[in-house]
Amino acid sequence: MHDLLFILFSLLIVVFGALVVAGKNPVNSAMFLVPLMICVGGLFVLLEAYFLAAIQILVYAGAVMVVFLFIIMLLDVETEKHRRVNPFAAVTGIGSSGAILGILCLALSRSDLGAAGKAESALQGETIPLGRLLFTDYVLPFEILSVLLLVAMVGVILLSKKKLQ
Amino acid sequence: MDIGIEAYLLVSMLLFCIGMGGVIVRRNLLIVYMSLELMLNAANIALVALSRFNGNLNGQVMVFFIITVAAAEVAVGLALIVALYRRHRTAQVNELNSLKL
Repeated sequence: MHDLLFILFSLLIVVFGALVVAGKNPVNSAMFLVPLMICVGGLFVLLEAYFLAAIQILVYAGAVMVVFLFIIMLLDVETEKHRRVNPFAAVTGIGSSGAILGILCLALSRSDLGAAGKAESALQGETIPLGRLLFTDYVLPFEILSVLLLVAMVGVILLSKKKLQ
Repeated sequence: MDIGIEAYLLVSMLLFCIGMGGVIVRRNLLIVYMSLELMLNAANIALVALSRFNGNLNGQVMVFFIITVAAAEVAVGLALIVALYRRHRTAQVNELNSLKL
């Protein structure tokens, strides 16, 4: 069951990722991004990170995608009519990402994951240890993050003013 | 068949390379931005997989931080895109070729 779900989710992730990148209209891409985020959340569930799966679906599939769609509708970007893909960009893009994929595959095949690969998880009751870690070892980054969110909010309000001065 | 850490890392690598190809090839600013999100998600999958198979929660805390920063980044980035669109009436990267706003 676990294997089957893993194969299903990873296939869907790759297919939806390709569709997001290849989409003609940004609205289509955004619509394919939503199930992709949900599939990533499914992978998190398979990895027993239940809290992160919930956060992933709430924040990404909920908040981020709503903002994306809202902006796409606001800008009213029309479909690219004259869709001339720059051949230079296509060759360099596909070539370089393929090369990086090759490098990563090589690194993965050479690395010794045998010891870590089979470890049984001692992570029962995921959320409580995560919260404890967040508020003890990582409390300073957590507070900095809250300041970052505040700064981002002020910055967005400033950026969306009509007249910047 | 036993799903090990390699399979998760492979999915993460594939997603990362798809996103990177999108960032380089596509010229619509919004789709470039969505490809960036794909790359962030690929990093998240790798971190959660490593955290799970090492029996260690630090990776998951990192993913929590990444998701939060990504949400802030999306808000700021989209506000920038809207500001650019107001000035230049375009969301194509190749038509945004002046340093002046």
